[in-house]
Amino acid sequence: MNFQEIILNLQEYWGKQGCIIQQPYDVEKGAGTMNPATFLRALGPEPWQVAYVEPSRRPTDGRYGENPNRLQHYYQFQVILKPSPDNVIDLYLESLKQIGINPQEHDIRLVEDNWESPTLGAWGLGWEIWLDGMEITQFTYFQQCGSFDCFPVCAEITYGLERIAMYIQNKESVFDIEWADGITYADVHHQTEVDYSHYNFQFADTAALTAMFNLCEKEALKVAEHDLVQPAYDYVLKCSHLFNLLDARGAISVTERTGYILRVRNLARMVAGKYLEQRKRLGYPLIKDEAMRRQILEVKEA
Amino acid sequence: MVKDILLEIGVEEIPSAYMPKAIADLKDIAEQKLNKARLRYQSINTFGTPRRLTLLVKELDEKQEDALVENRGPKKSAAFDGEGNPSKAGLGFARSQGLDFKELTVREYSGVEYMYAIKKDQGLLSQEVLPSILTDIIQSLSFPKSMRWGYHQFKFARPIRWLTAIYDDQLIELKIENIESVMHTIGHRFLSNGIIELKNVSHYREQLKQNFVILNQQERKEVISRQIKAVAAEVGGEPMDNENLLDEITYLVEYPTAFYGSFNPSYLEVPQEVLTTSMIEHQRYFPVFDKEGKLMPGFIGVNNGTADNLDFVRAGNERVLKARLEDALFFWNEDLKKNWDEVVEKLDSVLFHEKLGSVRKKVSRLQMNTAFIAGQMKGIDYKLADRAAFLCKADLLSNMVYEFPELQGIMGRYYALKAGEKAEICNAIYEHYLPRFAGDELPSSPIGIVLSLAEKIDHLTSFFAIGIKPSGSQDPYALRRQAIGIATIILDKKPGIDLEKSIGKAYDNLADEQLDRSREEVISDVLDFIHQRLRSILQERGYSYDVIDAVFAAPVKDPEEIEQRIQAISNFKKSAMMEDFMVVYNRANNLSKTWESEEVEETVLLEETEIKLLKEIKIVCPQVKASFEMKDYETGLKAIVNLRPFIDAFFDQVMVMSPDPQLKASRLGMLKIIANLCNFAADFSKLV
Repeated sequence: MNFQEIILNLQEYWGKQGCIIQQPYDVEKGAGTMNPATFLRALGPEPWQVAYVEPSRRPTDGRYGENPNRLQHYYQFQVILKPSPDNVIDLYLESLKQIGINPQEHDIRLVEDNWESPTLGAWGLGWEIWLDGMEITQFTYFQQCGSFDCFPVCAEITYGLERIAMYIQNKESVFDIEWADGITYADVHHQTEVDYSHYNFQFADTAALTAMFNLCEKEALKVAEHDLVQPAYDYVLKCSHLFNLLDARGAISVTERTGYILRVRNLARMVAGKYLEQRKRLGYPLIKDEAMRRQILEVKEA
Repeated sequence: MVKDILLEIGVEEIPSAYMPKAIADLKDIAEQKLNKARLRYQSINTFGTPRRLTLLVKELDEKQEDALVENRGPKKSAAFDGEGNPSKAGLGFARSQGLDFKELTVREYSGVEYMYAIKKDQGLLSQEVLPSILTDIIQSLSFPKSMRWGYHQFKFARPIRWLTAIYDDQLIELKIENIESVMHTIGHRFLSNGIIELKNVSHYREQLKQNFVILNQQERKEVISRQIKAVAAEVGGEPMDNENLLDEITYLVEYPTAFYGSFNPSYLEVPQEVLTTSMIEHQRYFPVFDKEGKLMPGFIGVNNGTADNLDFVRAGNERVLKARLEDALFFWNEDLKKNWDEVVEKLDSVLFHEKLGSVRKKVSRLQMNTAFIAGQMKGIDYKLADRAAFLCKADLLSNMVYEFPELQGIMGRYYALKAGEKAEICNAIYEHYLPRFAGDELPSSPIGIVLSLAEKIDHLTSFFAIGIKPSGSQDPYALRRQAIGIATIILDKKPGIDLEKSIGKAYDNLADEQLDRSREEVISDVLDFIHQRLRSILQERGYSYDVIDAVFAAPVKDPEEIEQRIQAISNFKKSAMMEDFMVVYNRANNLSKTWESEEVEETVLLEETEIKLLKEIKIVCPQVKASFEMKDYETGLKAIVNLRPFIDAFFDQVMVMSPDPQLKASRLGMLKIIANLCNFAADFSKLV
């Protein structure tokens, strides 16, 4: 099974389970969790099922394309099921079969992993899912997001696509993954890995990045004042990415680090609050059960 | 008739670290709740696997025991009106108790007469009360971290997915959120086929075993232990003895099968601790050692399943470990390229604590502390000690310690060795973190001892100086551990340093920082803090608390000397001379307690016995002082015993409180000399 078939199979499977198949969000981000389809939709009382591929950037993980396991840009396959269904683990295990992994033939284990994102003010409990000792998925029940309690609780399933592909295709290096017939992961991404590693570690202009961070922070605050939730959130994402770039350049001391994280978290909380207000104003349109929708609106007003 | 109960809480995989306590708690809580409900039983056992917490009660009585319930109501005086008829309050109480007023009893309570309702509480059938008791038990369990799921507010370690609750062969009806209890269980996640119907409690364990679940944690642990030894023996090795790992794996699997996997021997060039840490921490594998104790190029993993697809599982695990070791090798080689002198300067950008500056600053303080402490000990090579202090934190900026923080010090030693530093320096770098936990090894090289003390004294003093000290269970900077380390090293390694001055020096080294507390406060608090740890260490070592109290009440601060005194007094207390000694001490001390002066005007003394006592004091006193000076407390105490006949004769003949003030002063002066002599060693009034 090549890389794109893995993605297509997962999309098909989760689509059949009632998920909307969304597309990646067009702002740089560190993980699929930061996509508004997760970060914002996890908040509030409305149900939400979605699956999407998310290109994710972690500038510090760049290795100039020389390390077989590390990339500064990689792909996650993200599933959000809100509220978390009772059979969510069975649903997940079934998805593995769709990409050629038969749980009966392997040692699949759920190993405690408590996820926390200090910049997003988010945390949850769950597991790393191990396939014969390799972590292939992160599974989290969100408890808080943007510093607000999540209710109902959603289940987040994040597949590490490259790892799964390496396993299925029996490759030693991520760059050897077959993306499509005759095309490898290296063909698609090797040179960009090299270039971004140079940029992230050596050429990124820290003074410019710092100025951009400050500008984006200001913009986020200003836009949020007008209750423009997602436009404001875009700038929170930009701040987060700029912070990661500065970090990769070693431009942030330990003391400053906490300060930056706090600034991004405050922005994230502000946007989360605005989103919650906005959904309520709209009358929680995603709650399709009219009686329930009214009931929740009334409770919230009381 | 007695019957058994089964409660199985079926969950999604609970973190292994939670399990031992959860299993113990389940038992305790069940005992409490059943006892409180007056339900007798023969035994309670609790079990756990990653997916279930199980309570088995054997031979529960069919019904609750009857009981007498006594409820106190209003005072008798208030329960009757002026005419001796029941008052409103009296009638109200009777009604609230469901009794007729006439059925109330009068009883005295704290000397006042009250109205009592004494009722027989008829025991209910177990079947009727079990639903609420079991629900209560489930709701009473707590975990380090709990979570909500779906649309529910109930919190548990992980979501509850089924509840099996059976009373002999009957369903006990429970409901937690949307989960209703059932008469079935569920086997191994992958090896069993869904629902397993249970006809009664007695089928449960056997059914689980047939469905690839070893319920009993002790049994699972023994199986794993046996298997890993057998697998290791096949390749001529032994698995690492690691109880924590064994416990963890016991709660990660329901049906264990151990297997051997190997890795390329070329990775053995990486330090052994790195390889074993990677295997244990990342992968939960047991490292394997050969007969000579050398690490073998292999590992033992434990599959959660049968041996059927072990080849797949082994191949997968070997690949994962290879990637891990490849990373480790990369880090190791990268780290070896570093110039550690330059790395130390980079510690300037690593914050130690926002009020205490960078780690680089801490290194400078360590160098000053080291010089000061080394100066108090014999035969320390200052240059080597200083170099060790300079280098000891460098590994904090290595890739390897970034990846595995617990390897700090261990990696530092390897890097220093590879960089060609002298062996004494390398060992001291490793030893300066010792002891890392209760029962850990102590530093043994002279420079290691100096550096370890320098590190710990700086740590304690600097945090106390900015007003941070442990309270209750809060000790984020592990200050208690540091204090225990200092006390243990001083007791066992006898470096002979002046702790008080060393703390003072550590405080002076903080001159650049904004401190919240004064030098005197900090010295006294740090000493006090170390003394508190010292007390418990000495108690753990078997000294009795009264002797410990007695010595701590004396003006002595050095831990080494404190232990010497405690040891001497403990021995002396057991000897035949103790009684005589206490007579001397009590007679001298009791009367002179409030007297300050040791002055004796020889010429005013009248009686023969007092002149003789003074003469004897003049002989004994220098002997005792000389012995104490040489820290030979036992000889000193024995010498004091010589005063017994003289002091007895003195008290027989003389009235100390003479009307002549000069005479009285001299007599009290003599007693004060003796009392002070004793009190110097310890406060003997605290002995029991």
